[in-house]
Amino acid sequence: MNNLSLIIILLVLLAVAYQLGMQRSRKLAGGQNSASLHSRPHHYGMMVGLWAVLPPFFIMLLWSWLSPAVIQQLVLASLPTEVLNSGEQAQVLMRRISNLATNFAVLSEAADWEINAANYLGALQQKSGLLLLALMFIVGALGLLVSYQKIRPSLRARHQVEKALMATLLICSTIAILTTIGIVLSMVGETLKFFSFIKPTDFFFGTTWNPRFSTAGVADGSLTGSQGSFGLLPLLSGTMLVAGIALLVAIPLGLMVAIYMAEYAPKKVRDTVKPIIEVLAGIPTIVYGFFALVVVGPYLADLGQMLGLTIRATSALTAGVVMGIMIIPFISSLSDDIITQVPKALRDGSLGLGATKSETIRKVVLPAALPGIVGAVLLAASRAIGETMIVVLAAGNSPSLTANPFEAVSTVTVTIVNQLTGDNDFASPQSLVAFALGLTLFVITLLLNIVALVIVRKYREQYE
Amino acid sequence: MTTAKVNEAGQKIKMTARDVKVFYGSNQAIHGVDMDIVENEVIAFIGPSGCGKSTFLRCLNRMNDTIDSCRVTGEIALDGQDIYAPSLDVVQLRAQVGMVFQKPNPFPKSIYENIAYGPKLHGLASKKSDLDDVVESSLRRAGLWDEVKDRLNQPGTGLSGGQQQRLCIARTIAVSPEVILMDEPCSALDPIATSIIEELITELKQNFTIVIVTHNMQQAARVSDRTAFFHLGNLIEIGGTNDVFTNPTQKRTEDYITGRYG
Repeated sequence: MNNLSLIIILLVLLAVAYQLGMQRSRKLAGGQNSASLHSRPHHYGMMVGLWAVLPPFFIMLLWSWLSPAVIQQLVLASLPTEVLNSGEQAQVLMRRISNLATNFAVLSEAADWEINAANYLGALQQKSGLLLLALMFIVGALGLLVSYQKIRPSLRARHQVEKALMATLLICSTIAILTTIGIVLSMVGETLKFFSFIKPTDFFFGTTWNPRFSTAGVADGSLTGSQGSFGLLPLLSGTMLVAGIALLVAIPLGLMVAIYMAEYAPKKVRDTVKPIIEVLAGIPTIVYGFFALVVVGPYLADLGQMLGLTIRATSALTAGVVMGIMIIPFISSLSDDIITQVPKALRDGSLGLGATKSETIRKVVLPAALPGIVGAVLLAASRAIGETMIVVLAAGNSPSLTANPFEAVSTVTVTIVNQLTGDNDFASPQSLVAFALGLTLFVITLLLNIVALVIVRKYREQYE
Repeated sequence: MTTAKVNEAGQKIKMTARDVKVFYGSNQAIHGVDMDIVENEVIAFIGPSGCGKSTFLRCLNRMNDTIDSCRVTGEIALDGQDIYAPSLDVVQLRAQVGMVFQKPNPFPKSIYENIAYGPKLHGLASKKSDLDDVVESSLRRAGLWDEVKDRLNQPGTGLSGGQQQRLCIARTIAVSPEVILMDEPCSALDPIATSIIEELITELKQNFTIVIVTHNMQQAARVSDRTAFFHLGNLIEIGGTNDVFTNPTQKRTEDYITGRYG
């Protein structure tokens, strides 16, 4: 009996209990309207349904969390002592036994003790399933009967349902927050492992990025000479260079788009153009990568030749320009909203003094909207720093410490991709460094986001 | 074109309006208003909400241009010059006919910058010292100088409501307009701040022609020389403030003033 079918049974139970509760409350109301009851019939139905379904559901969750460990202990305890003392890892043993039990992908001939253990495992799992089903049935029936009996005209079912609803919402938001924390923790763990190989100072202040390939199994530090150098700075400088170019492209373009849409465009144009510009943000970034590789890169290289400059087709400039186009809508849409929020009274005040429209925008509206615009730019910047696919394709993937935008560079995100793809041993610093890089990136964008949010919030307070 | 017109009493006429109609989309807000505004007088527009008094006021410096659906017909002239003529420069018009709004709306800049904004736009002061003089004299004439002279670099939004409104008046004075339009300038202020502004209006009368829209009939009686009563987009009655309040010629004016409606 798997969990899915259990859930389906629970849903059926919910429907039945709901109907029962509703009918009983209707009967109590005496066939007239339900105003004599404290709550409406559907509240009673919902209450009975929740009492019948939630307790068994929690038992199921608890069971599926705890039972595998218990079963594993039982199976391991039943194994012959010579097997247990053979030094084989318990995980490996269990995997083989459970594969045998499910007749799934067993390579070599199974030993007798293995077959016995597999049979024992199968029996245990079946027992466990039946036990769970019985337990759930008893608890569910109990919940249904007790709450069914409790229905009185004075019972405040409405408040019980309300509380259950609030708890559900709370659980959902907790899951979202816990996921974020989980992501951070998983990165922190791997990052700490990485720092047991490489000193943090070498990582954060190293100026060379040259991780040699490692072979599986020699990650014990005995071959330190082959570990290569893991300096963050070339990658960080590449990231900043590309993101900087992107912002140089996106800030003027995005701002002017925002100003046009907020101040000059007729409503009709605004309603059409705004969604179209926002489409830019929805294009898959890999498509931008193609565009950079096939159109922008060669064009910039040709342009460079004409001007007597050496511009590589895949360079920080190419990636930055295309990324700038991608983040235009982040800046234009947010700034547009913020500019529209600037009170009309300020504009009137300026126009009333004889300022022209553009003078008003430049000297009054933009300064008033500046904090919000800065917030929008920071959000776009954190997006640019985290961007991967465009840079993978168009930045040239050459981790060198340079400030020349015509050179090929590599960024933090690209390096993460490089280090995690391929045949590297997952316990080697060559792979683990990806987590350290990821965490660094996460912290940078998190800080940018926080600063942006604080600025935007401050601005809101000013005008509301 | 700039022929100084004179009315029967021998006073110089600053602005004239002839058959002014205003439409918001297909909705007519003003139904043909004729009016003469005399130089250096304070004229008050009174009337119930939605009677068109603010709309008409905003026609006098073409602030209605900023509303897309708004259309104005008829003729309004400043010193005999049609202000709706295609050749007229709106920017210059608004420098001559300044405006103070209902809610104090200082720019999110320093007090100094708020006052210097207009003079800088119109190039009224070429040197920093000239600009300083303009700022000081404007603040003095608005009765605000003593309160803010030590904190000219602080934001204008940090002042109290009444001070903000005087700052806005000072800002308007700084471009030396000839006419100042005030759209319910005291409606967001407390009684003390209101009385300060009313005194200020009486003083400013010597140098400026002032048109004030007000909800408060006592205020109209206190500050104005003449009063115009608007109702449902029509100018019902215009005359000396004393006459309008004590001896109105129209039944509707009397009903409004005695509080039958409004």
